[in-house]
Amino acid sequence: MTAETTTRTASPVVPAGFGPAWMLRRIGFYVLIAVIMVFFAIPMLWLVSEPFDANPGLTAHWPQWTLGNFAKTFRNPNVLPSLANSLILCGVATVITAAFAALAAYALSRVRIPGRDVLLYILLLMSSVVTGTAAMVPIFILMDQLGLINSLYGTAVVLAGGLLPAAIFMLKDFVDGVPKSYEESARVFGASPGQVLWHVVLPISRPGIATILVWAFVNAWGNFLLPFLVLQDSSKQPAAVILHTLQNDGGGADLTTIPVFSLLYSIPVVVLYLVVSRRYGFRFYGGIKG
Amino acid sequence: MAGIDIDALSTVYPNGVRAVDRLDVDIADGEFFALLGPSGCGKTTLLRTIAGLEQASEGRIDIGGREVTRLDPGKRNVAMVFQDYALFPHMTVADNIAYPLRVRREPKDKRRAVAESTSGELSLDGLLDRRPGQLSGGQQQRVALARAIAMGADVLLLDEPLSNLDARLRLEARTFLKRLQRDLKLTTVFVTHDQGEALALADRIAVMSAGKIRQVGTPREVFQRPADTFVANFIGSTPMNLLDGELTAEGLRVAGGLLPAPAGQDDHGPITVGIRPEYLRLSDKSSTGIAGTVSIVENLGVSTLVILDCADGVQLGVTVAEQEEPQVGEQVCAAPEEGRLLLFDAGSGALRRTD
Repeated sequence: MTAETTTRTASPVVPAGFGPAWMLRRIGFYVLIAVIMVFFAIPMLWLVSEPFDANPGLTAHWPQWTLGNFAKTFRNPNVLPSLANSLILCGVATVITAAFAALAAYALSRVRIPGRDVLLYILLLMSSVVTGTAAMVPIFILMDQLGLINSLYGTAVVLAGGLLPAAIFMLKDFVDGVPKSYEESARVFGASPGQVLWHVVLPISRPGIATILVWAFVNAWGNFLLPFLVLQDSSKQPAAVILHTLQNDGGGADLTTIPVFSLLYSIPVVVLYLVVSRRYGFRFYGGIKG
Repeated sequence: MAGIDIDALSTVYPNGVRAVDRLDVDIADGEFFALLGPSGCGKTTLLRTIAGLEQASEGRIDIGGREVTRLDPGKRNVAMVFQDYALFPHMTVADNIAYPLRVRREPKDKRRAVAESTSGELSLDGLLDRRPGQLSGGQQQRVALARAIAMGADVLLLDEPLSNLDARLRLEARTFLKRLQRDLKLTTVFVTHDQGEALALADRIAVMSAGKIRQVGTPREVFQRPADTFVANFIGSTPMNLLDGELTAEGLRVAGGLLPAPAGQDDHGPITVGIRPEYLRLSDKSSTGIAGTVSIVENLGVSTLVILDCADGVQLGVTVAEQEEPQVGEQVCAAPEEGRLLLFDAGSGALRRTD
């Protein structure tokens, strides 16, 4: 908002606008931007400096370099298994979400059923009104009766179930934008429905599916409440839950291991984003004229 | 190769619109056939019904003597080029061209060979490893054609093949398409709303309106002897003059002038007179014909379209050669060339036989 007003006043059509008042407004604007940026940058600086600091604290400062924190963190028997658990949990949840969302989105986009759009909006609305938190008690009872407590895969399925409505909605929007003539063209050449899906629809929807993959993974990776409640065995708990158990002998936050663990915890998401963005690109390439 | 026989075909959409309405047409083997009509006349639906992308509600379609009415698109052995070309953006040109063979699980080297030979025919050499997004509009169209030809189909269907090209390229592509069709001798049906394109390309044209065929004929027939006023109005780059007239004992009264009535017309009464602007000749005001004042002069390049204000508020278009261009405000007289005047029934709009 501020940026917009400022640029409009500074429009080169009005040379008189470059006076002292304009200078002051510009300076004020950049100071504001700088403050906001610092607000977001400091936690990042903390994340890269404190794991290597001999005296880690809650502030970001120039570290006294050491790798001792890492050694100490890895001595905690839960750290490495929890990261592996997270990868399994989120990997499974992401694959289920993407696979089911792709099939559902394609079907919902291409098959005409009466009331389809209403159905979709209700699906999305209900899934955001009845949040995972509100549904946690029934979900817990359900999982208990199904014997899925302490099961990583069971938790992954529940996570995927929570992510699916929004994923279907997003992906359907994407598939709607893929012209039908691609599929019709393949059908005229004799492709079976399976071939149409494998040769044409999935490759063309790849940027959309890549978006869903990253989105689902990030959501599952950051999910704390569900695994905290249903995975009670600490050898099964994912990183998001283990992070909360990192305490020193006095019962306070363990500031030697938390920064290291936070850094390790953030790496997979960043790597995933970079890989997907480079390999598939969040873009749509042409080939349809018109 | 095969002809197409369409018999009492109807295609009704779920919302009740009869896009194709009890339509009969026979397309001969090797013919270049145009479906021409304004938007919404059902021409694209007819093409899609032939391809099998729309389900026929009634009637039957035979391709090469084999009934295909209920067959899946892939089982009809027809190839289709879509208006937007529908080239698969994630495949190279070679993969696109050879896609029909991939569907049939042909080995890779055969696919490459077919892609190479077909792309040669359509002057696409050197582009085989590009992606569709890196090609110009004309090249994309040729890739789409190559893919359709590589399929080795009995029939080629083209949906508005030239509409996505810019005006200059369209003329080139038109000549290219006509030559290609003549060389391949492949039965080809194409849809267009551009009468000039249909006249230039087709061996025969079906003019459609509201799901029905108004006239089928060679470009010359459709241009010179349109079956009714709809076709007369639709065909021709400058619209045909359609004037209210009256057949009397003295001759044909139209727009304040008296023209000699065509032979064999003794059924006196009101009638619609059709004359193409190209078939009218201007002379000075003392001669016989329809008198009028020049009101608008439109330059068409080698010729000029002159609009005359005539009696009873009638406007008459006349095409004249560039050196004969009259001045605005000049009083002139327009008379049809021998045998070019058409009479349509005033009520039904159907062409009357003139001998």
